[in-house]
Amino acid sequence: MPDPVIETRGLRKRFGPKLAVAELTLSVPRGEVFGFLGPNGAGKTTSLKMLLGLVPPSGGSARVLGAPLGDRKALARVGFLPEHFRFHDWLTGRELLRVHGRLHGLGGSALEQKIEALLQRVDLLDAGERNVREYSKGMLQRIGLAQALIHDPDLVFLDEPTSGLDPIGRLLVRDMIRDLRNQGVAVFLNSHLLGEVEATCDRVVFIKQGRTVRELQLADAPASIEVELRVEGADDGTFDGLAQFGAILDSGPPIRMTVREEAALPDIPAWLVGRGARLYEMRTVRRSLEALFLEVMGEDQRPG
Amino acid sequence: MSALITIARLTLHEAVRRRILVAAALCGVAFLILFGIAFHFLALDQQGRNFAEIIQRRAVFAAFTLVGLYATNFLTVMTAVLLPVDTLSGEIATGVMQTIASKPIRRSSIVLGKWLGFAILILGYLALLAGGVLTIVKLRVGILPPNLHIGLPLMMLEALLLLTVSIAGGTRFSTVTNGVLAFGLYGLAFLGGWVEQIATFTNNATVSTVGTVASLIMPSESMWQLAAYSMQPPIARAIGAGPFMFGVVPTPAMVVWAGGYIVVLLAIALRYFSKRPL
Repeated sequence: MPDPVIETRGLRKRFGPKLAVAELTLSVPRGEVFGFLGPNGAGKTTSLKMLLGLVPPSGGSARVLGAPLGDRKALARVGFLPEHFRFHDWLTGRELLRVHGRLHGLGGSALEQKIEALLQRVDLLDAGERNVREYSKGMLQRIGLAQALIHDPDLVFLDEPTSGLDPIGRLLVRDMIRDLRNQGVAVFLNSHLLGEVEATCDRVVFIKQGRTVRELQLADAPASIEVELRVEGADDGTFDGLAQFGAILDSGPPIRMTVREEAALPDIPAWLVGRGARLYEMRTVRRSLEALFLEVMGEDQRPG
Repeated sequence: MSALITIARLTLHEAVRRRILVAAALCGVAFLILFGIAFHFLALDQQGRNFAEIIQRRAVFAAFTLVGLYATNFLTVMTAVLLPVDTLSGEIATGVMQTIASKPIRRSSIVLGKWLGFAILILGYLALLAGGVLTIVKLRVGILPPNLHIGLPLMMLEALLLLTVSIAGGTRFSTVTNGVLAFGLYGLAFLGGWVEQIATFTNNATVSTVGTVASLIMPSESMWQLAAYSMQPPIARAIGAGPFMFGVVPTPAMVVWAGGYIVVLLAIALRYFSKRPL
């Protein structure tokens, strides 16, 4: 992968006896929308805090934008929206953005223009002079998102950006993430709203008990394809042959199997017919990320 | 540097926006009105013409001025502990700190910026109260305590000392723990100061050492004793009369100790805060 914005190798964090992150190894290329999935308590937020230099790791190595963790030059190109964004709520929306801009070393008319553009983008232009204390949960989340983008970052960390948003707010955030991708900005999305992730992410990594357990490309392929086949006269040879396309889940009838890639789908009936089998029905089932999530996490996963 | 200034400005902005400044100003003005009325009637009472009466008059005015400054000192110290007690621990607990600390700034700028902002507020408060007391006295009877150039900076140093304790504690402890610790230290110093005085009167060296150790652990009360001693009129100092009689005065080395205390405590706090998980 050329020019990764995030690269970690065996990143680890221990809080006393508790191992919050056991082994985090991942690589996020420039401009990718990356989903970081896992149940509550899996170590998502701790991982994110390590990448932002807020929590020192106990072991392993990591680079963000080519620099060691917590490097100020790298942080100058990073935006961050924490979960449950809170800020000094006695500020107005405009003042809040101004403070964050100044902390990034911005100022003058360039900052003021950026503030107006962002307020417009997150649909808070009419609320810019109101105290943040009076904002609704959704408005807070949106001003938080604007805050994360005040300095035109190259990498944005979003921790549960759509929690507390109504459907219109979610669409707006989804739209903004798409815009960021189009501008070549990498987005690290921490979420357990799987529908959102499915709609926005190029790639996801599942994390369980502080370990990365599975990686999945979403951009041009569905999460996983399952095929159901009604075949007359299937024998051991049939199953052995089908195994070249994927994995058999159930010998049926009907036969259920997963297929590795979409391109293999037309080959299945061709192979069956060529072998002289009588194919009555073939049905593809695209499983949702949610089903996959439950499968990856396993049955021992309890609500976090 | 600019981050430090931004944080300091934010701290001042917060004091204005959350009406802390208005509340402090109102309390200060109420205190000054009370002091002014009391001092006015006290002055009416002291109208003697002969030499002995004039000496007595002066002593009474000087004593009452010191009482006013003592109240000023107490109010300032309380404010210096309470005002910043929640600023770091509170922002860490609510998660506000995560958004600030992930900016491309040194963590020390956050602590020093807050320290600077609160120092301006506390010293402003001290200036309002002490300036008010001295103005009332000067306007009413035309005299001022001696050595104000020594006494007032010592009061400032005491305020900065407790401000530093409160800010430093906030880098490490929760708000309540921090408050208990800061007031505990102040109480210890207060007790230590008086233990030292009483030990001197009773000639008990062991008790005196206990008092000195307490003053070293927290030199705040020593600063007030030095300030009060230096602002007493020479006559009161000579005969040991007045509200603050001193059997023993802290050595000037205590001032150096207090200054070093601020610097070292702040350095430890910065070091700890730079490494702690947020």
